[in-house]
Amino acid sequence: MLNITGYTDRPSARPGERLDFKVSCEGGAQSFNARIVRLICGDDGPDSPGYKAQPIDARVNGNYPGRKQATDIGSYVVTKVPAEMPLAGGFTLVALVMPTAPAKEAKQTVLAWQEAVADASGRQRGLVLGLDRSGAAAAELNDGDGRIAISSETPLLAGRWYRLSLFVDAQGGRLVLCQTALEPAFGEIADRLVEAEVEFDLRDLAGAYVSAAASVTLAADRRRQSSLHFDGKIEAPAIFEGELDFTAIGYPTSKKVNRYLSWDFSRDMGGRELRDLSGHGHDAEIVNLPTRAVTGAHWRGETLNWRERPDLYGAIHFHCDDLYDMGWETDFSWALPANLPSGVYGCELTTTDGGEDVVPFFVLPPKGKATASLAFLASTYTYLAYANSHHGYEDALSEVCYGSLLELGPAEQFLKDRRDYGVSLYDRHRDGSGACHSSWHRPILNTRPKRAIWNFNADLHIIDWLHGIGQPYDVITDDRLHEEGYDLLKNYHCVMTGTHPEYHSTAMLDAFETYQQKAGRIIYTGGNGFYWRIATHADWPGAIELRRGEAGTRCYELPPGERFHAWGGEFGGLWRSQGRAPQKMLGVGFVTEGFDASSYYVRLADSFDPRARFIFSGIGDDERIGDFGILGGAAGLELDASDPELGTPRHALILARSVEHSNTFLLTPEELLAGFPGLDAIESDRCRAELVFFETRSGGAVFATGSIAWASALAHNHYDNNVSRLTRNVLKRFLDPEPFA
Amino acid sequence: MYEIDPTRLDLVAEFRRKPFGRHSAELQRILNRMRSEPFEGHYVLLRDGRFGPWRLAQLGRRPQDPVTPTGHVFASKLEAEWEVFKLRWQRLTGQELRDRDLPPEP
Repeated sequence: MLNITGYTDRPSARPGERLDFKVSCEGGAQSFNARIVRLICGDDGPDSPGYKAQPIDARVNGNYPGRKQATDIGSYVVTKVPAEMPLAGGFTLVALVMPTAPAKEAKQTVLAWQEAVADASGRQRGLVLGLDRSGAAAAELNDGDGRIAISSETPLLAGRWYRLSLFVDAQGGRLVLCQTALEPAFGEIADRLVEAEVEFDLRDLAGAYVSAAASVTLAADRRRQSSLHFDGKIEAPAIFEGELDFTAIGYPTSKKVNRYLSWDFSRDMGGRELRDLSGHGHDAEIVNLPTRAVTGAHWRGETLNWRERPDLYGAIHFHCDDLYDMGWETDFSWALPANLPSGVYGCELTTTDGGEDVVPFFVLPPKGKATASLAFLASTYTYLAYANSHHGYEDALSEVCYGSLLELGPAEQFLKDRRDYGVSLYDRHRDGSGACHSSWHRPILNTRPKRAIWNFNADLHIIDWLHGIGQPYDVITDDRLHEEGYDLLKNYHCVMTGTHPEYHSTAMLDAFETYQQKAGRIIYTGGNGFYWRIATHADWPGAIELRRGEAGTRCYELPPGERFHAWGGEFGGLWRSQGRAPQKMLGVGFVTEGFDASSYYVRLADSFDPRARFIFSGIGDDERIGDFGILGGAAGLELDASDPELGTPRHALILARSVEHSNTFLLTPEELLAGFPGLDAIESDRCRAELVFFETRSGGAVFATGSIAWASALAHNHYDNNVSRLTRNVLKRFLDPEPFA
Repeated sequence: MYEIDPTRLDLVAEFRRKPFGRHSAELQRILNRMRSEPFEGHYVLLRDGRFGPWRLAQLGRRPQDPVTPTGHVFASKLEAEWEVFKLRWQRLTGQELRDRDLPPEP
């Protein structure tokens, strides 16, 4: 039962480093128990090795007071210091907006000036410019004793740019609300101007704002329980003294106009802080990772790269379900003992109301040291990409893709009700736009043992196998590889990937390539690997950014002009589209996927080459490879194959290929230039996994399995099977320092 | 749009024997049609324990809307697949599928 969940402040740590554990008793239990374990296997299915966890005698094991922790979901901007109103001559709030869900039947905040909390009598004074429940421009003024609301009564259209302004005439007691369409060529909506007399004295508000630490917010209200988030883009928000005369698109830039607050989102594109350009010190913080580097109101396709014309990229896309950090309080911290072995670990959390969770984390060896000759690379960035994914049950086409009914287990049912746990890079936000960020700062309910055989839980099959054959190993992680580069790999004879190492940064690929040039041996134990490019940013530790582009198997495509990362400015999308196809480094790359049934491999002529003799030692000439296992076969889920045009080395041996896949296995979109009949595995022999081996010039080598399902067959018959034998043959030779010819 | 031939009980029997994996081309067309039903009302399974049982439910109008259980409960996913196949067959062909109408196992 998901009556308890938790997370650590980061995915990985080294002996001597400290990890913070944050726990919420979601079922309301008053206490919980925590117990550190070393995770060996997470697959507790009926035909599986079973859940295996070794107890660790940790100082933090024990009982703790329980509490239900709160989360602030949805992105917004908030000033960091109190903001006083320039009331003397009145003032104008203005912003360019492109709503993406104007008809969501909830009020939405664009620009607000409010007291942070209500006073003892429940009064919370404020001024809000936004949209009303119908999606029309609206303004609300609340002086604590009364409230006035006005509306343009003309709903904005989704995906179209408008300028919204609100003049507050303090002397004359007037509010003037203006809604102007900025795309007259598509001008279905007439401009609207609404004036309202205000009965109370606006000057009464001034003192309150100074004394009550009022703040300016963008895209959200300050009240946590009813944040009234805006979904869509906002550009050039500003507050001016006096009333403005708008004669052009955008806001006046004349120096004669007194700006009281002004933020420019085209500056410091990835950063977390916003500097007030008005000189009044209203600097602000961006909360919960909205999407930056998106096209603004003036963009007309002049460039697709924000770095060439940042002035056309002055918008931020806010979402009501953006999340960076759930912000839970720390319940306990653990300084990792100096002698703690490298491995995959978990913190088992239990409550007396049946709550159970296992919070995973990864322990590396001390920095600069290797405690084994083999490193297992845990795909922490791939775990992040899929974190708390909703797309399976939010896209009805999933069933025809998976070839079986959609299933919502307890975790999926929980997540469906709890959007505050955030979304994955496979999801669309509530406004329909694709999610570009994922963060570790939350419980990630599909990166857990005893869940689906996918990513983390599938990778534990490899850990279990290493224990099963008595092979020592260190665990390293994507996030540390990104930070430390080749230095993290250089002490290992061999690096083994997980089942699905799909997401990589430039720094990670560079590290792998250097390792390969320096005689490193790589066992790519999965499929669909080294596929998407991601980026990180120092202001947002623990998070990744992804900009999905034109190609690839994907759940959404970002709008035109928005495919360069805000973080670092690199072009996003497939590595294949950027000259670094995985076939170059690993011999194989993604070609097909299907989830209904897995199959097996047959040996090809290259498997009898003397260079491959060590790989097939003890395996018969006609043996089917991997026609067993908990998924029914070692070739399944997502499959990779060689392609000389994409870089598979000419001397690579194509040892075996998979056969007999169903027609849910289709060629991936990037393999096609046009649609045509015969794209599935029954009619196309291109839909297959291939086992590939090749040596590198420096004495290193690569072995690739080309299938996510490979590891699921390792434990079959107590690790005595030809998938295990073959992998073990490769590993034994790859750990032998003798250079390959 | 592909229309299902309600007389092809041989294809029903093929699905009954093997709901997952490779199918004949004609059965695959039927499954593609059935599994591509619109979002609203789409059948899904709710699994409340680690290994079942499974409750049948239907999706709401939008992703954020709650699912509605139909009242069917299954001890296995195979049972669930068969029940949903029958429900969809009836909706798409207007004809009820009964086990006794299926051709004998080959």
